[in-house]
Amino acid sequence: MAANSRVRRLTSPTNEPVYVRWILIIVGLLFMALFLVLPVVAVFSEALRQGIGVYFQSLMQPDALSAIRLTLLVAAIAVPLNVVFGVAASWAIAKFEFKGKAFLTTLIDLPFSVSPVISGLVYVLLFGSGSVLGPWLRSYNIEILFAVPGIVLATIFVTFPFVARELIPLMQDQGSGDEEAALSLGASGWQTFWRVTLPNIKWGLLYGVLLCNARAMGEFGAVAVVSGKIRGQTTTMPLQVEMFYNEYQSTAAFALASLLALLALVTLVLKTALEWRFGDELAATGRGH
Amino acid sequence: MEVRVQNVRKEFDRFPALHDVSLDIASGELIALLGPSGSGKTTLLRLIAGLERPTAGRIFFGDEDASEKSVQERNIGFVFQHYALFRHMTILENVSFGLEVRPRSNRPPKAEIRRRARELLDLVQLSGLEKRYPSQLSGGQRQRVALARALAIEPRVLLLDEPFGALDAQVRRELRKWLREIHDRTGHTTVFVTHDQEEALELADRLCVMSQGKIEQVGTPDTVYDQPQSPFVFGFIGESSVLPVNIERGDIWLGDRPVGISSPGATGTARLFFRPHDIELVEGDAALSGVVASSRRVGGTRRVELDIGGAAHRVEIDLPFDHPAGERSQISFRPKRWKLFPAA
Repeated sequence: MAANSRVRRLTSPTNEPVYVRWILIIVGLLFMALFLVLPVVAVFSEALRQGIGVYFQSLMQPDALSAIRLTLLVAAIAVPLNVVFGVAASWAIAKFEFKGKAFLTTLIDLPFSVSPVISGLVYVLLFGSGSVLGPWLRSYNIEILFAVPGIVLATIFVTFPFVARELIPLMQDQGSGDEEAALSLGASGWQTFWRVTLPNIKWGLLYGVLLCNARAMGEFGAVAVVSGKIRGQTTTMPLQVEMFYNEYQSTAAFALASLLALLALVTLVLKTALEWRFGDELAATGRGH
Repeated sequence: MEVRVQNVRKEFDRFPALHDVSLDIASGELIALLGPSGSGKTTLLRLIAGLERPTAGRIFFGDEDASEKSVQERNIGFVFQHYALFRHMTILENVSFGLEVRPRSNRPPKAEIRRRARELLDLVQLSGLEKRYPSQLSGGQRQRVALARALAIEPRVLLLDEPFGALDAQVRRELRKWLREIHDRTGHTTVFVTHDQEEALELADRLCVMSQGKIEQVGTPDTVYDQPQSPFVFGFIGESSVLPVNIERGDIWLGDRPVGISSPGATGTARLFFRPHDIELVEGDAALSGVVASSRRVGGTRRVELDIGGAAHRVEIDLPFDHPAGERSQISFRPKRWKLFPAA
């Protein structure tokens, strides 16, 4: 009796029996292996099935190269623009009170709640031949749809929330005390932004940029609608993967796909590393108040 | 630098936070804005700083109208309740910040900035912690860094918003004494906000008692404590008991009993305010008489709650701690010092 009650006291009430723990762990691991690890492994093994030489050859063919170039270009335009928009929007939302703030916050989330295909269709409606804007722009020789500008616009739209969503809660949590302190010490608005606001949000910002970039490079639906899929001109990497695959060039398709998968893996590693770092910083913020 | 606040009014979304407030702050004085939360004391401080814009009224720094000036142009030192130290900068960088962001034309050379920052850290007794980050300091140390940082820009006025509000009682008392010393050494005109009357009474040359967006009374701690001008001040500063009384031909009555004190010339109904320790025990009929409801020891005295006139009124008085009164015993007393205010 005495021994019995001692055993009970030693085990924490939140601990489950050993067999339950193992069952839960195994179920979790199996699920992960099946749905997360297996596809990634499959992509790489398909890509490398005919050897590393063929792998690089298929990446070096002009269509693949131009797809990689276009994807990098689109990301290089869309990500910096979204950083500027995201920082500006979260600054406004977190540090100021104004009418329509709740509406603006909801609006920023819109790209998350709308199917990417619809986001693309919006641009077709705006700039297509049946629209008002499209023919007018074309008369000035400006092509939006089925050209790089359309792809960039669609990508910006789809990736818009990433930076802002990351920064708004962070900036709201930090409040505007630091900024007021800087201003009271004589700093100008710009000095306050560069020396106080930006350093306070840098890890969150970097994290948002990483997610934004991953999505910008991987976006399929919205881009597919506006690109017109002109070979070598308006096909981004995800679109080119699909084209290769439909043309039974499965090694080329998987080789290109493996690059995207690699990007995802690198993003994940960086994200984890940042969370590690960033979590510390957040905790320090918490202690500071 | 003297500061004059002239008929200042502040509204937030049409909701008035300050009604027509005027206050003269003398050069070199240490003045406390004291009041409960929501009294507008922090708003007044932020208006002086330039962190808020007045809806109406003017603020003068000396002879110069500062109402339209930005917070940067006013050259004030502001200390925040939660320190607002820059967490990514070391202590030395925090203190140097105000000098480093100056335009090149009147920015001291780098070595001079470091030297002055070190000097200030010495003043606030934090030498040796230059390389630390704010998160590595205790609350009291952080607040001292915040003060050094505010002093670094040689402000015309020093403004402190509940500077000790986030600290525990022990540290708070130490810092209070220390702030007084720093003020006496540097001679800055200093305004600080607090809801802690003990802090205000101990630290300030003058108090400005505020309630519901208005100034109730301005004066030295003694004046405010001994001659409160309104029921609010009487109730807010120090302890007090209130009784509704009638005045007939100058004599004060509680119900059908005379209290034994008189106020010549007064008449009608009124509220009688007195402090628990300003009473004398008496024998006889012309006095307040009550039954002890509870008693507890407070320091060297015994604080007793009395039910007067059945249980209609309850007041607190102080008795010597060795007074024999126990539960339910009858006690008669008369206020020694008291004040009448019109019935509410």
